[in-house]
Parts: sequence; C-alpha cells; structure tokens
Amino acid sequence: MQDLKFNPRPRVRRGWRTVDVVVAAVVSVAFGVVFWAWSQLYTATSPAFSSIPPVQGLMVGMWLVPGVLGGLILRRPGAALFCEFVASIVEMLLGNQWGTTNMLYGFFEGLAPELLFALFLYRRWNLPVALLAGGAAGVADFCLDWFYAYPTYSIAWLTAYGAAVLLSCVVIAGAGSWVLARALAVTGVLSVFSSGREQAAV
Amino acid sequence: MPGARVELRGWGWRHAGRKAWALRGVDLVIEPGERVLLLGPSGAGKSTLLAALAGLPDPETAGDDEGSLTVDGRPARDVRLGTGLVLQDPETQLVMARAGDDVAFGLENRACPADRIWDRVREALVTVAFPYGLDRSTTDLSGGEKQRLAIAGVLALAPRLLLLDEPTANLDPVGADLVRAALTAVLAETGATTVLVEHRVEEALPLVDRVVVLESGGGVIAAGPPARVFAEHAETLAAQGVWLPGRSVPRRRSPARPGADVLCAEGVTFRYPQADQPVNAPLDLTLRAGEAVVLTGPNGSGKSTLAMLMAGLRPPATGSVRSAGRDKPLHQWRARDLAAAVGTVFQEPEHQLLARTVHDEVALGPRLQGAEDEQRVDELLTRLRLHGLSAANPFTLSGGEKRRLSVATALATRPAALVLDEPTFGQDALTWSELLGLLADLRDAGSAVLAVTHDLAFAEALGDRQVALG
Amino acid sequence: MLMTVLPADRPTGRLARRNPVTKLAATAAPALVLMVSLDLVTPAIIVAVTLVALPFAQLRLRLLLARTRFVLYGVVTVGLVNAAFSAHPSGRHLLDVGPVHLTTGSAHAGAAIALRALGIALPGALVLASTDPVDLADSLVQQLRVPAKFAYGTLAALRLLPLLAEEWQVIAMARRARGIDAGRSPVRAARLFFSQVFGILVVAIRRGTRLATAMDARGFDSGLPRTEARRQRVGAADILLVMTAVAIALAAVLISAAVGAWRPLVLG
Repeated sequence: MQDLKFNPRPRVRRGWRTVDVVVAAVVSVAFGVVFWAWSQLYTATSPAFSSIPPVQGLMVGMWLVPGVLGGLILRRPGAALFCEFVASIVEMLLGNQWGTTNMLYGFFEGLAPELLFALFLYRRWNLPVALLAGGAAGVADFCLDWFYAYPTYSIAWLTAYGAAVLLSCVVIAGAGSWVLARALAVTGVLSVFSSGREQAAV
Repeated sequence: MPGARVELRGWGWRHAGRKAWALRGVDLVIEPGERVLLLGPSGAGKSTLLAALAGLPDPETAGDDEGSLTVDGRPARDVRLGTGLVLQDPETQLVMARAGDDVAFGLENRACPADRIWDRVREALVTVAFPYGLDRSTTDLSGGEKQRLAIAGVLALAPRLLLLDEPTANLDPVGADLVRAALTAVLAETGATTVLVEHRVEEALPLVDRVVVLESGGGVIAAGPPARVFAEHAETLAAQGVWLPGRSVPRRRSPARPGADVLCAEGVTFRYPQADQPVNAPLDLTLRAGEAVVLTGPNGSGKSTLAMLMAGLRPPATGSVRSAGRDKPLHQWRARDLAAAVGTVFQEPEHQLLARTVHDEVALGPRLQGAEDEQRVDELLTRLRLHGLSAANPFTLSGGEKRRLSVATALATRPAALVLDEPTFGQDALTWSELLGLLADLRDAGSAVLAVTHDLAFAEALGDRQVALG
Repeated sequence: MLMTVLPADRPTGRLARRNPVTKLAATAAPALVLMVSLDLVTPAIIVAVTLVALPFAQLRLRLLLARTRFVLYGVVTVGLVNAAFSAHPSGRHLLDVGPVHLTTGSAHAGAAIALRALGIALPGALVLASTDPVDLADSLVQQLRVPAKFAYGTLAALRLLPLLAEEWQVIAMARRARGIDAGRSPVRAARLFFSQVFGILVVAIRRGTRLATAMDARGFDSGLPRTEARRQRVGAADILLVMTAVAIALAAVLISAAVGAWRPLVLG
C-alpha cells in the first residue's frame, strides 16, 4: 500500500471545481435529451412546414439555451462555451442530421454568448444581459447557417430567416434561460454556485 | 495499515445561506478500527457529518464551522485521501463506462503507478464478489451491482476511514443483502475505522460495534453498545424514525369485502418504441373499491411499467385498461379527466412537482378541474403534516416531506383509484408508518389502491391481494 | 429509442484501433476544404474516396447505419431547400409553385450543396462509429493535454444520458398524471415543454452535484499528477492516416480546379 500517497495537502484551487465541470456537463447532457424531444415536437407537427427556413428559424432558440443558461448558472469564464459545445456533442452522439458539423455550430454558438458575458466582465447576469447573450448566439447561428446550409439563398429569404432566428433566440435562449435560471435558484439545487446563493439566509 | 482515529470537540456546522446550525456541540471520539452506526432523525445532519469527516466541504463556499474535527489529529481535509465514502444513490457514484476502468479511476487520481493499478482493481472486484469481468458496461448493472462496484472503487484505495451513507437504502432486498455481504468482507480486509448511517438498524447491526445518536441541530444524545442504547433510548429513537430491531409492524388488511370494479386491465402488454417483442406476457388485473393490491417482483419484471399502464400514462401494445362505466381506454383520456379518476404517485416525488409553493402544489389539481377546493387543500395539508410548510418551495423539502406532498397532490382531486410506485423507497420508519396508515384509511373509505413495491413488510402489512410478477 | 443510440460495446476493426485524436484530425482536412468549396466535383471526389475506403475501415454495418441514417436525411433536406429557394434560378424551369422555383441550375446547385454536406458529415460519422468515448477522453488528455478535470468530468456526465432520457419520459407522464396536457394549443404545448425542461434540469443538477461529490471523494481534485491506467499512443499508421486524408482533400480541390469546376464560396 506504500504506492498510494496519502499525505500531500490538496492545494486550494482557483478556476473550475469538479462540481462546476460535472454539473455543466450534466446540464449539457440533459439538453442533448431536450434537443432530441424538441426536434421530435416540430417534425411531428408537419415535416413540410418545418422545412421552410423562416419557420424553422423560429424554433432555433431552443438549441442555444445551454450556452446562455450555463453562463447564468455557473457565472464563470468559459461556462457558456463549454455547455453549448458539450450539448452539441451529445446531440451529435444521439444522431442528428448535421453529424460532426454540429460540433462546429456548438463551438460558435457558445463562443458568442461567452464573448457577450465577457464584455460585461462576468459581473452582470441580469435579464438585459441574458437577452443580449441570446441575441449574440442567434447572430452566430445565422452566420453559420448562411455559410453552411443556405449559401445559395436569395436576400429576401435570408432576411426573413435571419429575423426569425434572432427573435427566437432573444425570446427562447435569452428570456427563457433567465427564467429557468431564476426558477432553479429558488429550488435550492444551485446552492453550491454563487447564482444559487443570492437570496437572503433562511 | 490501522484505522484512523476520529475526534470531534464542540464541533458544529452551518450551511452557507442558512441561519440555523445543522449540527452543534458534537463531542465524539472514534478509536482506530472502531465501527460506529450513526443514528438520528432525517435532517439531523448525519450526511453533513459524514461529508465533513470526508473532508469534502469546499472551505471557500460551503458554510461555517466551529469547534474542531480531526482525523488522526489533523484537519479532515488534509488527510482525505485516506478516507473512502460510499453514498446512497447507485446512479451517481460510478464515473466510467466499464467496471474495471471505474475501480481504476480512484487509483489514477491518487497517482498509483500504472503497472500496479490492474492487479489492485482485480483484487478489489474479487473481494466484493463482483460477478462480471473488467469490461462489463456499468450502465447494464443492477442497483446492487453498482453499489458493490462503488465499494470496490473505495476498497482499492485502502482507506483508513470508511464512511457509508445509507449504502443500501435504494436497493431491493436481494441487492441490499449482497451489498452488506460485500461490506462485511471489506471491513474484515481493511480494518478501517467505519462510520455507517442506516435507518434499517436490524440489518446494519452485524456490521457495527457502537451506536451514536445525533439530535437535530444539536450534538450527540446517546452513545454506546447497541443493546444498551436501544434499551435506554427506544422511545426517542422510534420517534426519530429509526427502525428498531424487533419492532412489530401493524397489519392493516381490509376488514371488508372489496366493492365494485374501478379499473380493469384486459390482456395488456407493453412494448418499448422500436422494440420487436413486448416486455411482458398479456396480463389481466382488476382494481376494486375498498381493496389494496400490492404488486411485487424482482427488478426488471415490469411491475413499474404495469403500474403506469394501469394509471393510463403509457399506451399498452395490446389489450386495454378501462375505467368502470366508460368505453374509451384510459390512455386516450384527456389529462384533466384522467387526473380526476386516477391519482398517481411516482417513485421520485420531484418528477411530479409543478408549483412554487406547497399550498399551490396541492391546490393545482382541483384548480385544473375548474373547482378550487380550499377546504380539501387544508384538510390534506393537515392530514399529511405539511401545514407549517404551505408557503415553502416544494423542491426545498426533505425526502419524507416531498413523499407526503406527492401523495397529497395525487389525492387532491379525490380520485377513485390510487396508483403508487415504490412509495416507501428510502423512507424512514415514521414516514413509512404514516404512509401505511394513510393508504389503509383511504382504502377503508372506499378507494382502490395499487402499490408497486419491493418492500416485503409493506406488502405484508397493506396488501389485501398480492400480485407477483416474475 | 433514444437510450440505445450509444454503443455499449467497444468498437472493433482496423479504424477502431487508430488513435482517436488523429482520427479527428483526419476528418478535419476534407471538412475544411469543403467548407470553402461550392462546386459539385470537389465533394463528389471526397465522398467517392470515403465510400471506397469504407470496407478497409472494418466497421460494423449496423453501427455505421445508425450513425449515417440521420446524416443522409439532413443531406437530402439541405439539397432540396437550396434547390428550391435559390437566389439565382437559372436554366430550364422544372417547377414553379409559389415561392419555390426549381430550375436545372438550382437543382445543380442543390446537389452540390447536398454532396458538400455529405462530404463533411460522412467522415465524421465513420470516426464516431469507430471510436469509444473512453478512448477519446484518454486520447484528449494524453495527446492534446486537455485537463483531466474536463475530459473525465464530461465523460462521467455522459454516463447519465440513458438515465436522463428515461427521466424525461417519466416527467412527461407525471405531468399528464397531474392533469396537464397540451391538447391542440401550441401555446400550452410550449409551456408544457418548458416545464419539462425545468423538471429535467432539477434532476440533472442534483445528480451532477452528487456525482461530483463521489468523484472528489475518490480524489479527483487531489491535485496529484494523475497516472494513466490506459495508454493511448500515436503510431506510424496514425500519422499515415492523417497524411492520406490531407492528400485526398488537396487532390480533390486540385482535380476540380484542373477540370475548371472549382468554385470557392462567395456569400450572397
């Protein structure tokens, strides 16, 4: 048993704790499931209808929730990027039509809200910042779609699609994430994070 | 290597954001190699104490402490690599996808030289009688097998202090027996100082040589050999929800003959989407007014699935479940009508919580029926001892309170049938007896009750009729 | 069913034995080239070579089909919408319905986009079908020096996927049991969906917190230099794989340019 080291004093860490990484990753895994259900929901309504780009654009916001929500829950540099990226990998593992391209989307859709949170020096986590972060993620998503999926589109279609994406992202990813983060804080599950400890002592 | 010596002097702990101390004034010495059973009511801070002994709380954020807590004369956090911890939930203790890798995980973390890792992994798996090879997928294991693997992961690290937080609470009786056998082997092999938290005292006694009783928000109120502590503090312990050895369980079978049919299943089978074969052979089951039916069977026998079919929550592959007097199969009903006819209590209460306060949670059902029923809400909150908590957020309740709340929500619409999936799972003796009394009263008042359970004592006490799935 | 998608067994075969990180690098080469190419020839060459190489990868057909089924669906969709909503419909008109103008020119463009999407996604699907997640995490840590905290923290979370998928369905049933369904109202459907998202998040965060505790209790945050029970190595065959992939990607562009077909991406 001499080969195990028992005594070194574990050093005090800065940066991410294990619980930060694991909770962020589990939230992302949960969103892998959510994405799967969400795409079922709208392909079930009408495949033909949902293939029309501007309509599809209105559904996009749900895919951008993990980044914004991850930032709001963990309040750490890198959380938005990490959550969105891991969620995209999980979605890819579950099998979706974008294959490995999904990781590329996940990276940029996480980077956009990450930069937005950085712009506020990781100190502001209120509703306006959440809306802006959702919007930023939406801009990233629109650019990627333009680049990858719809490069031959006419300007009219692109405009309609872009407006739909932006609206969806501000409402679902921005406001939606903010509402979710608040509701989660009240349940007490976020007590190990600063976002869950804002209420007065009980 | 001998076990560690644990010493607490006037120790207390307060969680971050709380005004009240979870524990305070704890004085306790545990000698090297001693095995202690830690008792106390739920919420008495037993898990908090174990986490502190394991040196886990994050000193920056987790809370305040007072007094001293030392392991071998040093702060627990400094020697925590010599401490092993096994927790209650089998799902959240395994890290890796394959059994061998999981046991190796801890060894890697402690910088065990790579060439010695696999021998130690194999030895540990043999000690806990793990029945599969190193490549076995951890997802495919039963709850009891997962717990034994978690124990092997701790054993491989040769701990000097072993902390066990209700390691068998979430298991069926067979799985729990095998886990206790594994623990016996591990204790014999390591000689580690051991602290065990367990509600079911009778089964735990062979593992320990001393009992320590904690008080909610306070310190140690009794300590000593099991026989003496149980003799001197029987009433206190019973009031705390501890399962004392040799205590008899009240029988609450129905004195009357069952009444009219309420729910009728005919030839039902269930099939997962995209699976070719149904899970079960065609089943018939009738629930009658004033009768409690208990559904038993090993894990994987489909008893939970059958309960969900009876509750109209899953569509059957063949056959149908119908409510007396209506032709439309139950699974096709609108949710609102279904909730008025059948109340369902899920294994995990949090799955069915929807509102922001306990009061609104109970009021929700009647409100959705279009009939606010304050009187019913009051009556249920009182009956289930939740009145003092009516303004609390449902998610912040304790395990027993959440269980009572989930039962209250299912009863709020006065359904004729009540379906419960493992209602006594992980509950202490107090909540257990309350549930038994409540369900028996409902049944006697004319409700049809169906309970899925692997709790044999509960099945014996309540079941007017037992249906065993194999 | 959602939970059966992750393979329980370790993938086997020639490609499965290659180093995961080098496999990822090998898929990046054609992907980068295709992202900036809009013609039909470049992706056609890459897809053709990938298909020819398939038997040499020794993949299990079932796994591969599971991985590529969705990709094919996406590829066809992308091709169709680009053909139908093209900015520059040219050539003979094939179909005019409302906003949809399908011409020989737009059909050609749609086919090119579809092949491009396939050329990006197909190699990735091969890597996925031939890579064990544990091997990938090991390789990320050992070859790319990704911090173990992130690699194994994420891997541990991934274990909870089947459980969370199951709980999603239980949460849906629990809402029905409480008397809530969407009926035909999309607003109620959206509210119900968000309520389920909230429910699954509570469960996920609780489990994540407990999992992190169990990991730290086994010394995951000890700060000691971790040892490695499993070694991932980069061998000559791995380097050859990457070099071949780069060569094929470059050759595809050069051939396409030589026959005068290559068209770099210009947005708008």
